[in-house]
Amino acid sequence: MTKELWKGNEAIAEACVRGGLEAYFGYPITPQTELLEYLSWRMPDLGRAFLQAESELAAINMVYGAAAAGARTMTSSSSPGVSLMQEGLSYIAASNVPMVMVDMMRGGPGLGNLAPTQADYFQLVKGGGHGDYHPIVLAPSSVQEAADMAYASFDLADRYRTIVIIAADGNIGQMMEPVEMPVMRELVPRDRGWELTGNVGRPRRVIHSLNLSPVEMAKINALIQDKQRLIGANEVRYAERYAEGCDLLVVAFGSAARIAQTAIRQAREAGLNVGLFRPISLYPFPSERLAALAARTRKMLVFELNAGQMLEDVRLATGSSAPIEFFGRMGGVMPLPDEVLEAIQLAMPGPRTNGVYAPKRVAPIGLN
Amino acid sequence: MTEELKIVYERPHALTEAITHYCPGCTHGIIHRLVAEVMDEMGITERTIGVASVGCSVFSYNYFNCDFASAAHGRAPAMATGIKRVHPDRMVFTYQGDGDLAAIGTGEIIHAAARGENITVIFVNNAIYGMTGGQMAPTSLPGMKTTSSTRGRDTKTTGFPLKMSEMLATIEGAAYVVRRSVHDPGHINRTRKAIRTAFEIQQKGLGFSIVEILSACPVNWGMTPTDALHYVEHDMVKYFPLGDFKVADTVKALSRG
Repeated sequence: MTKELWKGNEAIAEACVRGGLEAYFGYPITPQTELLEYLSWRMPDLGRAFLQAESELAAINMVYGAAAAGARTMTSSSSPGVSLMQEGLSYIAASNVPMVMVDMMRGGPGLGNLAPTQADYFQLVKGGGHGDYHPIVLAPSSVQEAADMAYASFDLADRYRTIVIIAADGNIGQMMEPVEMPVMRELVPRDRGWELTGNVGRPRRVIHSLNLSPVEMAKINALIQDKQRLIGANEVRYAERYAEGCDLLVVAFGSAARIAQTAIRQAREAGLNVGLFRPISLYPFPSERLAALAARTRKMLVFELNAGQMLEDVRLATGSSAPIEFFGRMGGVMPLPDEVLEAIQLAMPGPRTNGVYAPKRVAPIGLN
Repeated sequence: MTEELKIVYERPHALTEAITHYCPGCTHGIIHRLVAEVMDEMGITERTIGVASVGCSVFSYNYFNCDFASAAHGRAPAMATGIKRVHPDRMVFTYQGDGDLAAIGTGEIIHAAARGENITVIFVNNAIYGMTGGQMAPTSLPGMKTTSSTRGRDTKTTGFPLKMSEMLATIEGAAYVVRRSVHDPGHINRTRKAIRTAFEIQQKGLGFSIVEILSACPVNWGMTPTDALHYVEHDMVKYFPLGDFKVADTVKALSRG
């Protein structure tokens, strides 16, 4: 299959279309607006629903309606807009209605800025909307990976009747990379037994999230928790390189992992035994694999474009297996590989007590 | 000789047999019935998807005999938009109170009208927050005593009641914007006709329709049900005049109320 150069936002949009997207509702916000703009002509061309809503608040509720009506539907936004959508996500999660959201993370808190960050980790992975629920959160680190995730996201959401969030730092949406686009899927009409389509020849259905009886509410919550356990058992994704038995394990996701990859290559060329663990599913977090690696490494270095959010999950997953250091950049500042290399050098664990191994302090490698 | 008994009055098929939770004297019951009678008449129940809102009528999804979604507070027009855009051949309506539509939901209702969204909105205006125990609403009358305006609504600090029909009528996408009341049988009949017209407008794809219905809230107004109906007739109508505020040309042929 041929590869074409695609801008991240547009690649995700096209991949969603090919994956069976039937209705899109969104609102302009940098750095994801190109996704909305692309769909504004692509969807009507295919006779599918597209609407630029009056706010993110309205957009997520339109998604709720279309999803409750059985359509494969999505929205996209960036950090401040996602904050607005949290109410809607909570309602959607409570009623077990599937949908997809793309978050192109930018600087915050507040209005922030347009530069890429990973500072929505907490609001996506830990909740953000009220109540006990967790969307599936996937973090791509390339345009190809983002497109592949987008293509498969509707099936994934349908499988568990859950929310799937593609959490990309703003880089991914803006950069252009070669992508092999997946094949266009045919839209197939479905009736899975819960969609609101008009009760012709069947009992009526209701999609709601209000349960005044605490006992009933507990039952609904228990079903959601069962679903989370199933997701936790089946949907863990990660990638790793040189991770087994390394002296220092760098833990990073998204664009941070790519920058780390370059720094790690340079560090290894200089004789440092550094590895990389890249969570791809932020929820369910790959705790088991990370814990196993932590038991076989001497130290971990968590590298994120935020003040330390995934850091907490790394701590939870690995306990006191290995000491953890943190290197972060806030506000949308993107470090170059040499900064990460310096952090690696500073974090490298000291000489082993049996005297077999003593790492050298390597001078930072310049841009040549 | 056997006499054939003729049914002259029964529960509309578009209403379920659930016993409603509304207070004695609440006109939600009447309005639910009017909507259901129209659905029966037009034979559209099985192709209708309703959107409940948040307020006393939050359980409307238990009372109507069709598919129903339950929206967040104020968001019903957005949810209805999502449903209608993916099922354009279904009848989609929202059922909202004044707190839902005229406070938190002002953005969503204006833009649904602006888009000429082909949905029908049943707007029940009782000038107070019923569900949460009687607080002031954006539609509460000046001087009205409520649990959050215990000395009476002070227009200096809380402004004046919002006249939603008058405002929405200025929007080009709105095809039918009318205000009715249900305080006596004559007005109940005219409300029913307006609801029928609104649903026909949707059926014919003529645009956005909304029927604002002045409603009584005896418990939170601190009145008997009869006094409450008088309050609607004499006091509310002074501030919220009944009438047709927007009837698009394409709709004029249909309008009977």
